[in-house]
Amino acid sequence: MTTTPITSSGHRPGNTAKSSLHRQPNLPRNRWNAVFTILAGLFAAIVVLPLLLVLAYVVIKGGSSMSLKLLTDLPPAPGMTGGGIGNAIIGTLIVSLIAALIAIPIGVGGGIYLAEYSKSGPFASFVRFGTNVLSGVPSIICGVFVYGLIVATRIFFDQSYSAMAGGIALSVLMLPTIIKTTDEGLKLVPQELRWGAIGVGASKFVTITRITLPTAMKPIATGIVLSIARAAGETAPLIFTALFSPFWPEGLFSPIASMSVLIYNFAIMPYDVQIALAWASSFVLVMMILIMNIFARYLGSLNRI
Amino acid sequence: MNASNNPSTRPQSSNPAPETCLSLENVSISYGNGKNVAVNNVFMEIPKGKVTAFIGPSGCGKSTVLRALNRMNDLIEGCGLTGRVLFDGQDLYDKRVDPVEVRRRIGMVFQKPNPFPKSIYENIAFGARINGYQGDMDELVESSLRKAALWDEAKDKLKESGFSLSGGQQQRLCIARTIAVEPEVILMDEPCSALDPISTLKIEETMHELKKIFTIVIVTHNMQQATRVSDLTGFFNVTDLVDYEGKVGCLEEFGETERIFNSPAQQATQDYVSGRFG
Repeated sequence: MTTTPITSSGHRPGNTAKSSLHRQPNLPRNRWNAVFTILAGLFAAIVVLPLLLVLAYVVIKGGSSMSLKLLTDLPPAPGMTGGGIGNAIIGTLIVSLIAALIAIPIGVGGGIYLAEYSKSGPFASFVRFGTNVLSGVPSIICGVFVYGLIVATRIFFDQSYSAMAGGIALSVLMLPTIIKTTDEGLKLVPQELRWGAIGVGASKFVTITRITLPTAMKPIATGIVLSIARAAGETAPLIFTALFSPFWPEGLFSPIASMSVLIYNFAIMPYDVQIALAWASSFVLVMMILIMNIFARYLGSLNRI
Repeated sequence: MNASNNPSTRPQSSNPAPETCLSLENVSISYGNGKNVAVNNVFMEIPKGKVTAFIGPSGCGKSTVLRALNRMNDLIEGCGLTGRVLFDGQDLYDKRVDPVEVRRRIGMVFQKPNPFPKSIYENIAFGARINGYQGDMDELVESSLRKAALWDEAKDKLKESGFSLSGGQQQRLCIARTIAVEPEVILMDEPCSALDPISTLKIEETMHELKKIFTIVIVTHNMQQATRVSDLTGFFNVTDLVDYEGKVGCLEEFGETERIFNSPAQQATQDYVSGRFG
């Protein structure tokens, strides 16, 4: 047995005694390799296909009617022509701003607590778990919740639907993202940096506000921008809270127009003008969210000093 | 109050021995809420105005003891200390003591250079500013950098990031940052372990200058460094303990560096300084 040459072992039936090192495309393993490479590439293409199609469709349908007048005028009454989506653009900006003003301090504060103060006790794990659950709550439920809490009870100056209620509903949606990115961003800050600050006699408060938080600014800012971009496109929570208005915003405690609800309302109307406005609104909204996402990527690529 | 603790009765001029700066009385430190004893029964008197080196094999608790001297161990969850650490006659672990105040008077330089993500100037100004420094900040930055032997290399780029410096320069920046707070004691936890020999040499030269002003305690793995920079050396070792599983650190021997390296009293010290283990 010991005299049997190794080359005559039966492992490669197709090979001659002196096997070549050249690649043989017809081997089963190489064929399977090619098949799976093609399959994986195909599925990857299918993944980005919807994005490209949606973008292309919205750009063609909505982008074609773009004009300054469209961006600055009020929507026309049913049956009339012309008009624009100016009030909806301003409304979306106002509601998103309210939501950001509420969610950023609470979310960043909560994230700071989780990363810097909590000592991995049961309360911190409960908050972390709760944050994960909250991020999975359907947006319509946030809308109904704020409807029951604020709109139905007329808690603000006896007003029911209002921009403020819409902002609060969106802020609930933004919170989990902001808490999580703050928590994770702060955890990325090297421990040695905190030691350094504490070693020169900084208190915990000074260490966080002057060293840790500025160092983690990049991921936190990115998370905030992404959460605003997500909230700005939400429809369901706004239908229950901010409602809609065909007029210019009348204040924070009155119903307010928004692009997403305008799309929802106008796209199903039997008038061509309104349907065109819905497409225009989709275009503006998609562009706004796209720009915010690109801005978030830009923030993420910035180098700190 | 004990009469010997009263400063007015202390025989200062007649006593040739230097004043004690930090004194450890039966200090034991444990991690994990008392489960793992890191170091046991340390008695030590660290004199003022001298360089004291801690040497010993890995896991002997020398860094742990160093961090206990300015309450840095407070940052580690479940770390506990028994015994007393006296600084100028005050127990650092008294309930009324503010650890922030302790760290302002006992500064620390860490193993890895850890400049703040700020400019070189701001790195130094930060500590002074939060300590309420009222004087001329430019002057303080310059004098701190000079004391840390970094002024010539950094004077033209004070506005640049601290990260633009080399590793050894960063460590000297961290020393300058600590000096700027004007502490009484500087603790150094293996300050040269991440540096090349030339940077190490520069830091050691810096320390020779600094010991004229500050009391320095340094942990080092490098025995040549201990002989080069220190006046006193404490040798820590790991031992077995009765009724305890696992190894525990302890202070094996403490004395003049000269004596520890040339005629140590303990066999373990002799073995360690001659390179037979560790």
